[in-house]
Amino acid sequence: MKKNQFEKPHDSIKEPLVHIIKREDVPAWEAWGIRIVAVVLGMMVCALFIQGITDLNPFKVFGSMFNGALGSSSRIWQTLKDMALLLCISLGLAPSFKMRFWNVGAEGQILIGGLVSAALMIRFGNSMPSGILLMIMAGVSILAGAIWGLIPAYFKSRYNTNETLFTLMMNYVALQLVEFFVDIWDKKQSHSVGVINSSTKGGWMPYLFKQQFFLMVLIVAVLTIGMYFYLKQSKQGYEIAVVGESENTARYAGINVAKVIRRTVAISAGICGFAGFLEVSSVSHTISSLTAGGRGFTAIIVAWLGKFNPFAMTLISALLTFMSRGANQIASDFNFNKHASSILTGIILFFILGSEFFINYKLVFRKHGKEAA
Amino acid sequence: MKKILTTVLSLAVAAGLAGCSGSSTSAATSTAGSETNESSETATASVDGKIGVILVGDENEGYTAAHMEGISNAAKALGIADDQIIWKYNIGETQDCKDAAIDLVDSGATLVISNSYGHQSFMQEAASEYPDVTFISMTGDTAADSGLANFKNAFNQTYQSRYVSGVVAGMKLKELVDNGTVTKEALPDAFVGDDIKIGYVGAFPYAEVVSGYSAFYLGVKSIVPNVHMIVEYTNSWADQTKESETANSLISKGCVIISQHADTTGAPSAIQAALEGGKTVYSVGYNVSMLAVAKDAALTSASNDWSVYYKYAFQKFLDGQAMDIMTDWSEGYDTGAVCVTDLGDSCAEGTAEKVAEVEAAIKDGSLNVFDCSTFTVGGAALTDADGVDTTFDGEANLFPIKDGVFYESDVKNGFRSAPYFSFRIDGIEESGAE
Repeated sequence: MKKNQFEKPHDSIKEPLVHIIKREDVPAWEAWGIRIVAVVLGMMVCALFIQGITDLNPFKVFGSMFNGALGSSSRIWQTLKDMALLLCISLGLAPSFKMRFWNVGAEGQILIGGLVSAALMIRFGNSMPSGILLMIMAGVSILAGAIWGLIPAYFKSRYNTNETLFTLMMNYVALQLVEFFVDIWDKKQSHSVGVINSSTKGGWMPYLFKQQFFLMVLIVAVLTIGMYFYLKQSKQGYEIAVVGESENTARYAGINVAKVIRRTVAISAGICGFAGFLEVSSVSHTISSLTAGGRGFTAIIVAWLGKFNPFAMTLISALLTFMSRGANQIASDFNFNKHASSILTGIILFFILGSEFFINYKLVFRKHGKEAA
Repeated sequence: MKKILTTVLSLAVAAGLAGCSGSSTSAATSTAGSETNESSETATASVDGKIGVILVGDENEGYTAAHMEGISNAAKALGIADDQIIWKYNIGETQDCKDAAIDLVDSGATLVISNSYGHQSFMQEAASEYPDVTFISMTGDTAADSGLANFKNAFNQTYQSRYVSGVVAGMKLKELVDNGTVTKEALPDAFVGDDIKIGYVGAFPYAEVVSGYSAFYLGVKSIVPNVHMIVEYTNSWADQTKESETANSLISKGCVIISQHADTTGAPSAIQAALEGGKTVYSVGYNVSMLAVAKDAALTSASNDWSVYYKYAFQKFLDGQAMDIMTDWSEGYDTGAVCVTDLGDSCAEGTAEKVAEVEAAIKDGSLNVFDCSTFTVGGAALTDADGVDTTFDGEANLFPIKDGVFYESDVKNGFRSAPYFSFRIDGIEESGAE
């Protein structure tokens, strides 16, 4: 092999048309500039798509999108609610992913947190003061989520099992558990628990300023700031970064890698379990296999695009929520099939994800005529 | 792949979505034209509010497609403009339903309708927060107990069309027995003792399903007395693959006729394939005609014409009296709210005449579907003292049996519209319930 390489004279190597070179130290303003350009380009492609398959005016369609997400105060609150839930889960995922622990089990952790919350609401909703019940629900859901994450984390640190598959499979276990309990709690056998404690409101998160979601949004805002300082400023945050970069380096530096993995995953999954509590206690007041609703996977995109920076993640989740609510409105306003609206969301996401390539790499084209000379 | 297949199949069905345009019932579609003319003159100057519609699926799903057709036909008949109806598609039985309801109220809706049972508790929440808006939870069962003046339920007396579809199946079964196709010698698997096996693909062991399959079974039994029915559950309202698997399981057990309370074409498609493979098995569908996917195997489908109810509700809405819509509404053959779809070519001779005869008997009240002299529960006939337990506290609280007849969805006598016949009658075995 080696011999062959040297046999070929250098000047006969053809320079490819395009080189891809890794970029280092892209300034933040340039990175965000590229992302904004990507969104604009994505919207232009969406406009072409809309014009191509319908006779609708693309600006009207975008207007309807805007109207759907932010058109009235209740729509703004709906958008804030979706955004807060998504962000909360992403905040949970960030430490895991930063440590290069591929936690794709957020769905299961949310479900299990939601399940224990619902169980407590059903069992104690009418006998315990709501404030105390809420505290217990929050605590137990964090614990349940943490246990759900710790199981794969333990096997990872002890036997080096593949955490991607393990956490993914834990999702299905949680899903089946939820289905099982839904059937136990639903006496009518219609496969729906319905709104829990509808009359007594036991275990419901209280309305603040007459807003159902105010408290939840506030809690997630505090969590966002907390997570920023935890990852950036704390010793534990530093350990997470080191383990993520290189386990061997971490070991050499005297970090107990197994312990850091378990602790981080417990925190990560605990926050996801807490998100399940928010979903049940503040939003839906019920439990079903749809409680997580795919947010556990969307949150992975949020965490990665936001580069585990909680404030960047806030922006990303705002954008994604805006688009999905907007897409729903388009479907309703123009009789679009929901798949058509998902295509619009998909196009924009594709451009945003694609823009990361241009932030991390640069294309160098072959200079014409140089070879001939 | 599964998704694509489902879509393609359901499109095929949607194309053949004839609903109740059969010869036996007056169809809303065929009469809509003439009524439009009448009512556009008589319609009161348009009411300011809008009608909001929350649908669990879209036009690709048979059950929702039937509701969309009912709403559109009713609106057309009453001269309600397209832009007065706001549609929300694919709204899950989750908080999404309440979000959608609030959003509709925000957009000016004064009447909000949801079409799936699981929407109910979220609709009730919305109803308690917006007392000025009327909310209708179709197929729901809690309106009367909710104490909310603005919360309504409605359900067709689908058990009647189930019974008639059972009669169609019974006629076929009789033909198969008479011409020597179904005998103990030729098809030993198709018999339990002297009884012929038939099958039913059920969604959940929920009262609506129990009421439906019991009515279907009694319809078959009215023609062929020696039948034994196996009910297998899919534990889902709509799951193409599961329904197909369940149908195959019933076929392998020897069932000769298979009906369904599940929303997709999974079962009829599987039955058509088995029939082509040489098995003796036929299908009775639900909601929409299954002839598009099972041209030889499909006999008919039990169906509803939702436009009858929607016309009633929309008229109240136009009169500005949406609050006065009946808390529980239920109609059957009397008003054309239920029907069976076009009979397939495989139906036995004389089926159409028999169907017309039975439908007429149901209409004039001479035939009661749940006539307690035609079935037993645990070996004994039901008496007027027997009741059903709809509160699940272990004690019967509803007593709908009068003079030996169980009256289902008897709203005229103060009962709820959602089915409550939940007795397990002799001759039916259930399996696969979670």
